[in-house]
Amino acid sequence: MDTNKEKTGIVDRVWRYFSSVSLAVVIFSIISLTSIVGTIIEQQAEPARNIKLLTKFFGESLAPTLFKVLDAMGFTDMFGSWWFMGLLFLFASNLVVCSIDRLPKIWKVVKTPITPLSDDQINAITSKQELVLKGNVEKTAQKVNDSLTKIGFRGDIRKEGIITQICAEKGRYSRLGVYVTHLSILLILLGAVVGMKFGFNGNLNLMEGTSSHVAFRSNGQEVPLGFELRCDDFDVDFYPDSDRPKGYKSWLTVVENGKEIMKKEIEVNSPLTYKGITFYQASFGFEPNRDAIFKFTVTPSGGKAQDISAKFGEPFAVQGTNFTGMVVDFSPALGVDESGKLFTYAESMNNPAAFVEFSEAGKPKFKQWILKRYPETWKSQIGTVEFKELWGVQYTGLQVRKDPGVWIVYLGCIIMALGLFTAFFMSHARIWIRLREEKNSTRLTIASSINKNRIAFSRTLDRFVKELLDKA
Amino acid sequence: MNSSIFFGVATIAYIFAMVAYIIYLAFKKSTIGIIGTTATVVGFASQTLAFGLRWAEFYDIGRMGVLRSIPLTNLYESLVFFVWCLILGYLVIEWKYKTRSFGAFITPIAVITLAFTSISGVSTEIQPLVPALQSNWLLAHVTMSFIAYSAFAISCAAALMYLAVTAEDRKSFPYIFWTVTLALFITSFVAMGFDFVTLRISAKSPEAFIQNYLFKASFRSGSGVIVAISVAVLLAVVYLVWRYGFHLRKIIAALSLTPDVLDDLTYKTIAIGFPIFTLGGLIFGAIWADQAWGKYWSWDPKETWSLITWFVYAFYIHARHMRGWRGNKVAIMAVIGFACSIFTYLGVNLLLSGLHSYGSMQ
Repeated sequence: MDTNKEKTGIVDRVWRYFSSVSLAVVIFSIISLTSIVGTIIEQQAEPARNIKLLTKFFGESLAPTLFKVLDAMGFTDMFGSWWFMGLLFLFASNLVVCSIDRLPKIWKVVKTPITPLSDDQINAITSKQELVLKGNVEKTAQKVNDSLTKIGFRGDIRKEGIITQICAEKGRYSRLGVYVTHLSILLILLGAVVGMKFGFNGNLNLMEGTSSHVAFRSNGQEVPLGFELRCDDFDVDFYPDSDRPKGYKSWLTVVENGKEIMKKEIEVNSPLTYKGITFYQASFGFEPNRDAIFKFTVTPSGGKAQDISAKFGEPFAVQGTNFTGMVVDFSPALGVDESGKLFTYAESMNNPAAFVEFSEAGKPKFKQWILKRYPETWKSQIGTVEFKELWGVQYTGLQVRKDPGVWIVYLGCIIMALGLFTAFFMSHARIWIRLREEKNSTRLTIASSINKNRIAFSRTLDRFVKELLDKA
Repeated sequence: MNSSIFFGVATIAYIFAMVAYIIYLAFKKSTIGIIGTTATVVGFASQTLAFGLRWAEFYDIGRMGVLRSIPLTNLYESLVFFVWCLILGYLVIEWKYKTRSFGAFITPIAVITLAFTSISGVSTEIQPLVPALQSNWLLAHVTMSFIAYSAFAISCAAALMYLAVTAEDRKSFPYIFWTVTLALFITSFVAMGFDFVTLRISAKSPEAFIQNYLFKASFRSGSGVIVAISVAVLLAVVYLVWRYGFHLRKIIAALSLTPDVLDDLTYKTIAIGFPIFTLGGLIFGAIWADQAWGKYWSWDPKETWSLITWFVYAFYIHARHMRGWRGNKVAIMAVIGFACSIFTYLGVNLLLSGLHSYGSMQ
């Protein structure tokens, strides 16, 4: 750190404080502590909920006042409050100043390749060993270089008078890992700011068969999409014989200037993106209405399969027979209770069932429950009646997002992964080997230094020495 | 062949290993130590096999592709995986540090966790995934988070041992800190055991289990008497550990576990856990949330607490590297870090969802 006493102007003092670890610690602590409050006070919630919570701890008389204070301080929506943004901004400035302060020094180290050390310097290194090998300096130097290659180093032979020194190093750039990690945090914060500034978050409920050219923010405000989105169909897929959902699917179409631009089937974890706006499958709902259409595929015995669409209570003809059918009852989730009585067990389409009445020449012949999920109920006196779906009663709940900053965030994440890997799992290792001619042999002094992972490195060095001795 | 057979073998082997390691601790006979190691390795191999078989079973049932079928979807499976990571971590440490002394401390954690899953009747049945969970990012997120949690657990154990060895004075803060923390861990474990024995529940999901059952037989019981007794027992345990804690110090000190080794181990495990937690816990979690909900970060309590955990460990690393902090101060940070990790996994759902009806996101 800068120890120059003359530079004590206010700017320097602020700079020094901003480049200190102490500030980082203070910011870490304040962010953490206020965040804890933010996880206890429910965010963006109805005031009554938080007042109820405060009453539990502080009693009825104090709770409303306390709530007002917390609300005024922004704790009820703290992660979007100006002071929390301020804290994050301070955190970012601290990182920037720290990096600017330390980077030049580190950069110099990183740009400077290893140089031979003087005898004094070598003596000052604690981690070193000596050995004597047969043969002259030149031959030994060659052997040393070969052995260095075996452990992944490249030796550089330097001669100065009678002293020969071989230097080798690895992972010099790994010293930058810390700064790369810090940079990645800044990138992620930048991406978040870009997203907040130029993007939006909203939602949109679309009934099967309807479309919209706007989405809605959480406060109800409309956001134009710039195109039209239509929901063609929605369906929930269940695991066999259970009400455990396997998948929620919406079939969406993008319409622009009256033309269908693209169609996509979206699911949870598989959204649709068009012109920077992404639609996520978030929820769904069921709203029974008279305009809904029952879709069947009827295959009369010995006849051809035919697709039939019909509304509730409206008769439909089965071609190739004298029969007409009519849906007279419907249940979104048909169940059977213990006494064998039928009932509807859920408010959503868990087990859709249509009660169809078939008539021959205008006279009612038989009625039958046909269940969409159970093919065994499709068999009837006139053949197979497959209940394909009831269309126009479900709506898909879409989460709508535009975030031009998300790519910066993703880039930041990738850089962070690389930075962390470098910072924690790579190290800068240096080896200096001094060779001195003795009669018929050469004396080697092997000195080394590493900034991390010392134990693993000393094992590598052991291998190197063994290799050398084996050659001799 | 069924995964539960191999899992049973693994459980028995770990119990055997635990007994062997504790005897080894007392008598220092190297043959007994070797038996302990062998049993641990056998248990580990068997558990690995059980894990693989369960994976295959899950694949056959779910038919959702190989990766999606990794058995890591409920409390039972996540705890079993935690044990697997813990044992793997321990075996690496035994091999790298050439000491069996940790065995007597790590294997009991594994055995308690497994005992906890089996007496509890935490649902062992294989359940297919709901839509939001069908994501490879989520899979990587969960796996890596648990690897990190295991690393943090080991660092916490090492840090507690460090404090136990170095804190001499019963009135000093480090001594009080490690004894109280240890007592809290012990009491919570026992209390959870009580939950299971008395309530005999089979929880459908970790959330349901935590919200409805945790500490219901003790601290959160409906009966005031039981709550009072529980608190009294807690205080008694704290007192006993505080009063007789120095015996543990003697044992550890006799084990050629020097403070330097313990400090180094605390740091190394955090240096492995922290990047894995950052990548798997935070980044992959954010990517998953982004793909599932369109929000990579929404400051919900779980996210916020994992960020707090991250800050604590970031602080630990900076304090060590930039300030050269060693010893008690950083050891305490390591313990706090693990406490935050546990809170992130369990506490958020337990305490904070008890306050609100949070967690409805399916």
